[in-house]
Amino acid sequence: MTTLTLGKALNTGLRKAMEDDPKVVLMGEDIGKLGGVFRITDGLQKDFGEARVVDTPLAEAGILGTAVGLAMRGYRPVVEIQFDGFVFPAYNQIVTQVAKIHARSRGRLPMPITIRIPFGGGIGAVEHHSESPEAYFAHTTGLKVVAVSNPSDAYWMLQQAIASPDPVVFFEPKRRYWDKAEVDLEATPPPLFSSRVVRAGDDVTLLAYGPMVKTALQAAEAAAEEGRSLEVIDLRTLSPLDLGPVEESVRRTGRCVVVHEAQTNLGLGAEIAARVTETCFHSLEAPVLRVGGYDVTYPPSKLEEEYLPDLDRVLHVVDRSMEF
Amino acid sequence: MTALGEMVDPVPGAGAPHLPAQPDLVQLLTPEGERVEHPDYAIDVTDDELLSLYRDLALVRRWDVEATALQRQGELGIWASLLGQEAAQIGAGRALGAQDMAFPTYREHGVAWARGVDPLHVISLFRGNDLGGWDPLATKFNLYTVVIGAQCLHATGYAMGIQRDSGTAGGDGAAIAFLGDGATSQGEVNEAMIWAATFDAPVVFFCQNNQYAISVPIERQSKVPLFRRAAGFGFPGVRVDGNDVLAVLAVTRAALARAREGSGPTFIEAFTYRMGAHTTSDDPTRYRLADELEEWKLRDPIARLKAHLSRSGKADADFFASVEAEGDELAVRIRKGTLEMPDPAGTEMFDHVYAEQTDEIAAQRAEFLAYQEGFAS
Repeated sequence: MTTLTLGKALNTGLRKAMEDDPKVVLMGEDIGKLGGVFRITDGLQKDFGEARVVDTPLAEAGILGTAVGLAMRGYRPVVEIQFDGFVFPAYNQIVTQVAKIHARSRGRLPMPITIRIPFGGGIGAVEHHSESPEAYFAHTTGLKVVAVSNPSDAYWMLQQAIASPDPVVFFEPKRRYWDKAEVDLEATPPPLFSSRVVRAGDDVTLLAYGPMVKTALQAAEAAAEEGRSLEVIDLRTLSPLDLGPVEESVRRTGRCVVVHEAQTNLGLGAEIAARVTETCFHSLEAPVLRVGGYDVTYPPSKLEEEYLPDLDRVLHVVDRSMEF
Repeated sequence: MTALGEMVDPVPGAGAPHLPAQPDLVQLLTPEGERVEHPDYAIDVTDDELLSLYRDLALVRRWDVEATALQRQGELGIWASLLGQEAAQIGAGRALGAQDMAFPTYREHGVAWARGVDPLHVISLFRGNDLGGWDPLATKFNLYTVVIGAQCLHATGYAMGIQRDSGTAGGDGAAIAFLGDGATSQGEVNEAMIWAATFDAPVVFFCQNNQYAISVPIERQSKVPLFRRAAGFGFPGVRVDGNDVLAVLAVTRAALARAREGSGPTFIEAFTYRMGAHTTSDDPTRYRLADELEEWKLRDPIARLKAHLSRSGKADADFFASVEAEGDELAVRIRKGTLEMPDPAGTEMFDHVYAEQTDEIAAQRAEFLAYQEGFAS
């Protein structure tokens, strides 16, 4: 066991992936000498050289487009998008090229690209630095999308994403980069595209991913003090969804609440609510409820505490679920 | 290569003739079929090579004519004709070495031909049977890219892979990105040129300036001749007569050799003309004058090589007749192959979305099959 911050776990996972496979190439803005604005690639260029850790020109479409070409040549590019809000210049390449090339070529062109995106708010940043764009990518056939919530998953899921033969959009909860936990570097990790029960409970099933897992766990803790038992599931994979554990849980609790930072309208919660309603209809005591960001432009940082779901808002919606 | 920073000749403006004097145009075969020399681009071709270049030009045009006819008869959803651009494509395609990788747009049938791609694999895309039927790695010819300019970044990234494989700035092959005049306005194309320049990537940008982006003329895309853009990125640009297969061959060979040896990218502007419509869905009479087309017909890429071969005695009437007969056989094969092409299985759309199939798509595939089964009895 080693104690690592989530950021250091990502760094350690990247290092391991680069050691294991010489075809892994890191590309991004400021990821070389500087080690990335969040230092996730710290020290990697020094140890692996400039051909494998590439400080690119400042243009996100260029980063993704050249990653496509490298993948066609047999490389395994891992690209860093500096902040969530900066992924959109690359959106064309991701959606029209990265996502479609495997299907268009009937599998003849490999596209094992990992797209790392620090996402979410809560760090008091200026605009475009606090967004949660995961639904755009989960909606895009041909991509796989995951979000990590803790150091152990950060270490293992990043390596699994890089090893995946499919393109994976890898969301990192930037406000949790400094959270510490023990990581077993020798463990056998669960499959990448699987969700996981992180706290058992009987009254309500609470679903979260990325930065909101911690919030959900805190909510469960607080609810327990009032004698209410919440089961918390870390979705981990957003596309494909792994709803097996969710359905098993909802059939027991009869109640389900989905939490995410992203705007509620057409967010992941909407799809999950539809599917859970379909598969667990006869077990449900209440409609599937959502706690998400309001459907507004991400507000200035003085307002983000009000905008982002927190423990109290989660508990408020849990109360509503119990009232049905 | 043309030196950087020379005088700028104007692009044709509205109301100006489309063919101003072209002092920078590399030409080895005049429109009348006369062989001329160029100080920077000597070319040594045997008579047999000349004949085989003619054969390629003629067969590709025959394929194109047949495909247009098939579309008109309802057998293809759409066809993007290369009429008039045969020399630009065959010249570039024949310059490629076995290890070079081509990244086409959706009109590079001539390059496909030069790479040995079966015309029926291209036809199947336009018929709606698949999204590109050839093996891009085996043929070293990427799938057609329809989103304008996106392939320029792919070529550049591929070239960066070549560098990594060789451990040098070059390699045993180079990448070549095809693009049109309209694509030069795309941000991604400009990003590709920045990447190529700063990493000295072994990539050639081969721009067929056919004067129109569907209906919009070149003067809406650029205030300077396109080949001069390269200077701003820091690598050579050259304008070649795109209807002169020898000049295109010579210029592209030189650019590829330069890339392979590690000297970085080149931008080639093949100055040509789209003699047909943008696609079979287009009506060029709405945006250009018949006179213009007549002017370009005098610069026809095939007629000029034919004139050269005839006048120099390198080919006789029998040769031209044999190529024509071969073209007709090719057309029959294409027509027959198109009509006999089986529709794809419905399950095909589920099978290649991912390398590792998801449970979700597997379930939808099963639902689809069950639903289809319902109609069986």
